[in-house]
Amino acid sequence: MNGIGYKVKKGILYALLILLGVTCLLPFLLMMVNATRSGAEIVTSFTLIPSTHIKENWDTITGYFNLFKGMWNSVKVAVPATLLSIYFSALTAYGLAMYKFKGNKAIFMTILIFMMIPGQLGLIGFYNLCAKLHLINSYIPLIIPAIASPGTVFFLKQYVESVLPPSLIEAARIDGAGELYSFHRIVIPIMSPGLATMGIMGFIGNWNNYLLPMIILNKNDKFTLPVMMASLNASTDITANQGAIYLAVAISVIPILLVFAFFSKYIISSISAGAVKE
Amino acid sequence: MGKKKKGLKSYDNMGYLFVLPFVIVFLIFSVYPVLRTLYLSFTDVKLVGAQTAHWVWFDNYKRVFTDKYFYKALWNTVKIWGVNIVLQLGVAFLLMMVFSDVKYKMKGLGIFRVIYYLPNLIAATSVAFLYKTLLDWRYGTFNQIIFQIYKLFGKSYNPIDWLGTGQYAGGTIAVIQTWMWFGNSFIMLMAGVQGISKDYFEAAAIDGAGRWTVFGKITLPLIRPILMYVAITSLIGGLQLFDLPYLMVAPSSASYKSVETLVMYLYKFGFRTGTTQISYASAIAYAIFLIILVVSLIQLKLFNRKED
Repeated sequence: MNGIGYKVKKGILYALLILLGVTCLLPFLLMMVNATRSGAEIVTSFTLIPSTHIKENWDTITGYFNLFKGMWNSVKVAVPATLLSIYFSALTAYGLAMYKFKGNKAIFMTILIFMMIPGQLGLIGFYNLCAKLHLINSYIPLIIPAIASPGTVFFLKQYVESVLPPSLIEAARIDGAGELYSFHRIVIPIMSPGLATMGIMGFIGNWNNYLLPMIILNKNDKFTLPVMMASLNASTDITANQGAIYLAVAISVIPILLVFAFFSKYIISSISAGAVKE
Repeated sequence: MGKKKKGLKSYDNMGYLFVLPFVIVFLIFSVYPVLRTLYLSFTDVKLVGAQTAHWVWFDNYKRVFTDKYFYKALWNTVKIWGVNIVLQLGVAFLLMMVFSDVKYKMKGLGIFRVIYYLPNLIAATSVAFLYKTLLDWRYGTFNQIIFQIYKLFGKSYNPIDWLGTGQYAGGTIAVIQTWMWFGNSFIMLMAGVQGISKDYFEAAAIDGAGRWTVFGKITLPLIRPILMYVAITSLIGGLQLFDLPYLMVAPSSASYKSVETLVMYLYKFGFRTGTTQISYASAIAYAIFLIILVVSLIQLKLFNRKED
């Protein structure tokens, strides 16, 4: 039933899928190759064979800025923001899912509404507030607001309702466990796969965030990685040497590629879950 | 903490304790800024804390809706978004068709999904510099590759300035945006297909339904809600386009006027030194919000009507 024509067509489909895959990966490959080539080499011709100028390119970069400092600054923002976000979102999600207090519904509706509001709507007011509180050039405005992440709360509320049997909490109450004790010892472990998913996505989002840190931070030594990368625009030394730009970009994407290598399953499943839930 | 056994009512009130941190931070850092922006949009404040505010009613809004540069920014955003959404959803949709085809039964979804998603992970700042360098019109690797291909066929290639000319810059950014996002749309659509009960497909196979019938009568109607979700989220994201054009095209470039998006226009009045007018920027923010709201509602209506 499946003749030669079927096999050829299937072969063509695979070839097209692979071609699309190459389109996704080629820019990264060119980036890595070009990171090892000198500016002069890149300008004259294109090749996929690495060269030997990675050290010079590195020197050009370090002469202009300290990428590892930027990375460390990004860690200092992204890690606490992610941890606060998943802990307090879990707390809020559990509170909304398990306790029928007055105002519960109103809070949940507000969360839904704010999920649909575009982020830049409050941008001016946010900056205004930070200026008044003397929080410009501080990491606080980039970290503390993570405690209230409507999207994460929404996802985790659905999640906790589907994985946690209320009888478990009732049994713990009969045994005399306090509510917070139950939350930390029973709820958090049961929710951990959902928390991991949200944590990884949150970390990537925080790590890559550009607009907000750019507005809040204006001292070079405070710059997170994306803001630091953006300052490349201002440097004529670096823009004169394309090899250095490629190397800087390559170094800036390494951490996120590592995260992806380890957690791609979680990431893909969280996007899928997000689509099916809505 | 209450260790003694209590009635259900008092347990329910413990909920306040759980949501309290969220509510406090939410009020300060989400609700207040949005309301503060609304308030500012009705005043004449130019710089933060520089002068006392005067209430000017709808003056800023009148100005936004008669500002031809605002409309230009809106048009630029819509143009880039339009090209982007057609390509992005088109590619994702075709991929979804290929991988859900009952005749060919393509394998390797797991690995293809990962590869197609990869560009989405990279910070827009890194993507911007990667492409800006690759697309450099004199020395960029991209034009060198095209040059080599042309040479192979014995033709000469006059390098195109992909980001520097108004004619190409918007389209180029739309294609890069597509490169970043089609994998994400594809994963969501595929999640919808995988959520369809296998029973439908088995029943169709028993009835001898062809692959196009299966696609048209089962797959397509059942993933419509997800298609709508993907379309609306892409719309909201697309109208907020900022990072790529902001970083890839300098204000001094000839193509800047054709890639300045709505949020770049907002940024110009909100934060750029020299042009700061925060009351006007606030009105722009609310105007963008209104536009997104209206378009989302129209989209919702259109999708719902098709379902009847």
